[in-house]
Amino acid sequence: MEKRVVFRSAWLPYALLAPQLVITAVFFVWPASQALYQSVLLEDAFGLKSQFVWADNFTALFRNSDYVSSFGRTAVFSILVAGLAMGIALLLAVMADHVIRGATTYKTFLIWPYAVAPAVAGALWVFMFNPRIGIVAYAMHSFGYDWNHQIKGEDAFALITVAAVWKQISYNFVFFLAGLQAIPKSLLEAAAIDGAGPGKRFRSIVLPLISPTSFFLLVVNIVYAFFDTFGIVHATTSGGPAKATEILVYKVFNDGFIGLDLGSSAAQSVILMTIVILLTVVQFKYIERKVAY
Amino acid sequence: MATVALENVGKVYPGGVEAVKGVTLDIPDGSFTVLLGPSGCGKSTLLRMIAGLETITTGTCRIADRIVNDVEPADRDIAMVFQNYALYPHMSVYDNMAYGLRNRRTPKDEIDRRVKDAARILAIGDYLDRKPRALSGGQRQRVALGRAIVRDPKVFLFDEPLSNLDAKLRVATRIELRKLHERLGTTSIYVTHDQVEAMTLGDRVVVMREGTVQQVGPPLELYNKPANTFVAGFIGSPPMNFADVSFTERDGRLVAEADSIQIVVPEPMRRRIGRSTGRTATLGIRPENLRIATPDADRSNAITGVVQVVEHLGAESLVAVDAGGHLLIAKADPTVAFASNETVRLTPDPEALHFFDSTSGAAL
Repeated sequence: MEKRVVFRSAWLPYALLAPQLVITAVFFVWPASQALYQSVLLEDAFGLKSQFVWADNFTALFRNSDYVSSFGRTAVFSILVAGLAMGIALLLAVMADHVIRGATTYKTFLIWPYAVAPAVAGALWVFMFNPRIGIVAYAMHSFGYDWNHQIKGEDAFALITVAAVWKQISYNFVFFLAGLQAIPKSLLEAAAIDGAGPGKRFRSIVLPLISPTSFFLLVVNIVYAFFDTFGIVHATTSGGPAKATEILVYKVFNDGFIGLDLGSSAAQSVILMTIVILLTVVQFKYIERKVAY
Repeated sequence: MATVALENVGKVYPGGVEAVKGVTLDIPDGSFTVLLGPSGCGKSTLLRMIAGLETITTGTCRIADRIVNDVEPADRDIAMVFQNYALYPHMSVYDNMAYGLRNRRTPKDEIDRRVKDAARILAIGDYLDRKPRALSGGQRQRVALGRAIVRDPKVFLFDEPLSNLDAKLRVATRIELRKLHERLGTTSIYVTHDQVEAMTLGDRVVVMREGTVQQVGPPLELYNKPANTFVAGFIGSPPMNFADVSFTERDGRLVAEADSIQIVVPEPMRRRIGRSTGRTATLGIRPENLRIATPDADRSNAITGVVQVVEHLGAESLVAVDAGGHLLIAKADPTVAFASNETVRLTPDPEALHFFDSTSGAAL
């Protein structure tokens, strides 16, 4: 059933592809190659001269305990964000799937957070959790918990996790809801007649049938936690206190633009780029084969 | 095996739509009962209420003498075949059939025996490892049937299971369904809007319209003695012809008349109609009971009309005749040729005349 268009003209297909190719070249190929080039250079403190150092920047990174702990932190962060954001979104989607009255309003409200820019979302959470004036911090103080993400590392880490999860739930929700609504009602009815209770139906019918969606979202969420959370971290904690929230993407910025260690920063972004390329390959390779039923 | 008894069963959807209105129906043990009606008549809703997929608003539903109004579908001991088959797409044919048994904690070897048995009966033994998407429509249909029969339930429910099959396969599956029922003898309730399916499959047919039961009976009884104009028009293909007539007494005979229609009412029918001079009624006559006679036939007991269209079906021809504003269809011998605008006379089989009350539509 595939429809193929055959172009007679030699240049038309290239002309049609050109805008996308130009965008890719300008915003991806060129900066990526610059980063790659930069990552093998060592620049002096004043930026006057640079010297070729092979892979020294990379080996230095993995000997640096700061970088290794940031790696671990990022792993924990992305697992937490992906797990929580997907779990909560699935729960909300399952409930939204059952809502009859006011369903549109309910769904619209759930989708809104996605329209909020990461930095704005970060600012929002900073205000709510501010240890002195924040309403949530105030509530927690009255329950006897001394919330202070400006001093306590674990509080800060919890804050960026919550903010990142909150923003990603909407996105996951939309996909999960679409996945759930694509399951024919008669399948669940057949399972009900076949003696499966609601829990068993969810596990043996619903979960397998939305597994392609889940896998797609898993990759998207990990990529999100790795890369798109910069704005949230920058607006809420700036990587602090004492690097407790310095995830990899934030360290790239910190080392490069604040610390001006361009070589190391470029090497870090090359590593990040490799991770995202690997994730994309995994996604393309398996999404339509292994998980599809 | 079990009886199903519906007592004054009604369904009102939130929003006030009344889909089923007080249906009382007894479905005997081992019968093949067909719920027949046009779309939106409430037949599927009724089936789904028996299955437990819809709540029952009023009345009671009994399966094997147990009131099941508040019993979960799983605990009603029924199996259902859906219109779209509703096979679990991520499970193999074997797992599809075994799912219900596994949920009921049937021992493994017992499951295996039953699935293999069903697969043998339905000739799907070669596909047990395949996923549903690798099967043709007819094979999926068999798997759906297999999933129902492995459970050995008290009642089978069918919700238009043949409507997704092509015409040829539908006829073949119809026959197999009938054979399967004769073999298993399980009480079956079958929903369809196709009167041919209903007539061929059911040993009892329930005709429904707008949430109410119009008539219940064996297929031929519905065909020969329709209770009202709706049943008369719904069963039979092409449908029964109707014409509004008035009765007059002439030479001691009762004659039903309209513009170009003059039909002598036979004696047993006349007794049923009773005192009726001046009364109006709806005359019903099936296409197969109208004979096309020569124009010089007896005018006092015939319908005169002009041929509009002739449809050749091979074994027979359908002749559309305009009789004074009434368009009547007659089945004719395919070897006789008719010209458009030819004037013909139609003589009805006197044994096959139907008269219905003009206002209520009920059979006289």
